[in-house]
Amino acid sequence: MAGPSIEIDDIVSVRWRGLPPRVVIAGAALLLIVLVATFAHWLAPFPADQMHIRDRLTGPSLAYWAGTDEYGRDVFSRVLFGARLSLLLGFAATAIALLLGVPLGLAAGYRRGWVDELTMRGLDIVMSFPSLLFVLLILGVLPVSPILTATAIGIVFVPHVARLARSVTLDLMSEDFIVAARARGERATYILFRELLPNLWPFIVVEGSLRFAFAILLGAVLSFLGFGVQPPGADWGLMLGSARDFVDEAPWMAIAPGIAMSLTVIAVSLLGDGLRQYLNPAAGRS
Amino acid sequence: MLIYVAKRLGYIAGILVAMSLLVFLVTHALPENTAEVILGEYSTPETRTALEHKLGLDLPLHVQYFHWAAGLLRGDFGQSVILEQPIAPILWTALGRSALIAVPTLLLVSVVGIGIGVVSAVEHERAVDRVATISTYVAVSVPEFFWGLVFILVFSSYFKWLPTSGAASPGDGLWAMLSHLVLPVATLTFGLQAHVSRMTRSSTLEALNSNYVRAARARGVSERIVILRHALRNAMLPTITVLAQDIGFLVGGIVAVETVFAYPGVGRLLVYSISRHDLPLMEAVILVVTAIYCITNLSADLLYGWFNPRIRYGRAID
Repeated sequence: MAGPSIEIDDIVSVRWRGLPPRVVIAGAALLLIVLVATFAHWLAPFPADQMHIRDRLTGPSLAYWAGTDEYGRDVFSRVLFGARLSLLLGFAATAIALLLGVPLGLAAGYRRGWVDELTMRGLDIVMSFPSLLFVLLILGVLPVSPILTATAIGIVFVPHVARLARSVTLDLMSEDFIVAARARGERATYILFRELLPNLWPFIVVEGSLRFAFAILLGAVLSFLGFGVQPPGADWGLMLGSARDFVDEAPWMAIAPGIAMSLTVIAVSLLGDGLRQYLNPAAGRS
Repeated sequence: MLIYVAKRLGYIAGILVAMSLLVFLVTHALPENTAEVILGEYSTPETRTALEHKLGLDLPLHVQYFHWAAGLLRGDFGQSVILEQPIAPILWTALGRSALIAVPTLLLVSVVGIGIGVVSAVEHERAVDRVATISTYVAVSVPEFFWGLVFILVFSSYFKWLPTSGAASPGDGLWAMLSHLVLPVATLTFGLQAHVSRMTRSSTLEALNSNYVRAARARGVSERIVILRHALRNAMLPTITVLAQDIGFLVGGIVAVETVFAYPGVGRLLVYSISRHDLPLMEAVILVVTAIYCITNLSADLLYGWFNPRIRYGRAID
């Protein structure tokens, strides 16, 4: 695994210069998607579950901008509502990954010794599974629910977050300000929360955006396979799953959710890339 | 080097044991009731208890684990609850079919990814590079299976060139077999090459700006040799790391892509076992696939050392 690409010297000298345009554009796009998700019930022409049986599998038209699905539900409306589930899932999974991973990495990097060894070897086991397989292992034995899906995805990401937090902490520990704080006899909680954590956040932000994008993609795969959002929920992955059966007759069923997901993930990745460059001009290559 | 390989093998053995424990605990300690899955929800407590006794599910957990683990070591994965057949033959057949997708995909991902990456780096900031950059962003912005739908739409529904689903048996001839593989392999390659080409591009760019490349050019070494021998060889290291990561994505991608193309490989077997609550089958699939994944990762590590003689494995570990 690649270590953090940001050097310590760079984050210490972070100044809020003008944000690069790609961060502004990606941030604006993401804000727009969040607004659409929030106000989907006002923006959508139809309720997500309203069936128009006579208009089953009709192509895009003035009435149905992105066509209708096999039950005559408006694909465009469902895509708008689908933004809610995707964003919520991405957010919840990322939050779980960060809330568990950052403290674990901090503790391992700060305490070293057996704490470090035990934590990292334990996380190695989780990391030895391909992500999807680990999530399926959990979802295979517990009753499927959105919270469980988000938790399972979050847990799979914990080792990645923890490794990053640990390696940054290890680097920071040899910095003068930490050495000074330890020499002053500051308590561990002070060093962890007032000295280490504030210097960790640029890495957490960048890693978080990456995890957010992965979580949306993984969530879509799970829904597609039937282990994520259950019908009749309006979810992009689930919509793609039902589109598979009608790809000859109604390709628009796949196109609209695909574009929506693509735009969201691109916006998040651009934001992450842009922030990485902004927080660290030294890694300016894209 | 040998010591390093031995240590890594020992480490992987440890990981595999821990993993088998984890898989076993998750599937046995959680509320799913195997007897109820087999007998249906209308079974009586008496018949369930009788079946549990017959299957040895009433034994203490650690005894069950040792029976199961001993079976694994003999290549016996137990009996599928739903299919009512031994798991091993089913699993090996499915794995073989998946390998027909995975191996060509991995080769193509390396060749195409490295190729696009090097061309992008050489054509830095020019049209080719920009097109490649934008298409990689788009390629990885949706799950791989989405491209499967797109390819079905284009090559099967519109052009009617290729079959949309299933797998051919060896009796159907080479073309029938290959034609069923083209779309799944293309789908996976399209998504996965993006990671490799991105990484190759940035590491080649870095190498091209380095002093040793400048020195080589100053000596009048031809551009071809500079790129292939001086830049690329050094640029390969991060690319190998990304390729190893891609194996993980490939495993996930195969599960979804086999579902899209109704291809009877190990991915569909896994989805089948989970949706039918066939826990022994699910355990076996997850464990075997993960073990293969670990071993492939080890090979990636060894390849890394071969490309980077600066790493002295034997000493670095000690």
